[in-house]
Amino acid sequence: MRRIETMHVTRRDSLALGLGAAALAALPLRAQTADANIEAAVLDFTGDAELKEGGVTLTAPEIAENGNTVPIKVEAPGASEILVLAAGNPNPEVGRFAFGPLAASQYASTRIRLAQTQDVIAIAKLGDGSFARTSQEVKVTIGGCGG
Amino acid sequence: MADGVKPRVRVPDEAKAGEVIQIKTLISHPMESGQRRDDDGNLIPRSIINRFTVEFEGESVIDVAMEPAISSNPYFEFEATVPSSGSFVFTWYDDDGDVYTEEKTVTVA
Repeated sequence: MRRIETMHVTRRDSLALGLGAAALAALPLRAQTADANIEAAVLDFTGDAELKEGGVTLTAPEIAENGNTVPIKVEAPGASEILVLAAGNPNPEVGRFAFGPLAASQYASTRIRLAQTQDVIAIAKLGDGSFARTSQEVKVTIGGCGG
Repeated sequence: MADGVKPRVRVPDEAKAGEVIQIKTLISHPMESGQRRDDDGNLIPRSIINRFTVEFEGESVIDVAMEPAISSNPYFEFEATVPSSGSFVFTWYDDDGDVYTEEKTVTVA
């Protein structure tokens, strides 16, 4: 009788431990994958060049009630291209804006989907070939990816 | 072709030579992200517009590479220089191979 009880406790303990460990392992793994995706997207765009502050502005709401349609504006005077990333989306890439010779200014507005509260990142390739980065956190009340 | 795709663009009819004009574009399209599931739990396949370009008489104004994170009915606003009378050509490229175009003529007085 006592033996069985001991076994029971042990099994339950180990089960709880196992579940806890699985949950712990899953969390950082997901974060790591997202980070790796962002890093890959940035690397693809910048070729590992240094990212400086200033030269690119990102306008986005502080709080977005509906993550399905969040208005954003990116601007970088003299830039040839601006890359927009959403760090907390299943796929961080949002869009890449290339400005031609007849673009009167290097700005664009659009509406994007944000799955959850997260940082939106804009990286611009400036006229001199250098890269500038900025980011802003957008708090999302209702996420815009699932159903 | 995705159902009911309809492009709309707003461009002034007239401009001065070299004038900066604002352009707004909208195209009705579901931009199915490939992340959503139907009622039976099956993943709905991705079907989006993946590129949008604007040219004036063959010269580029803007060229946008679009990902599923662009909202449904993609909207863009930007500025262009009008060097002379001519036409803006707007082109949207769908995942399914379809191409939607719209043309707007601007007269320089």
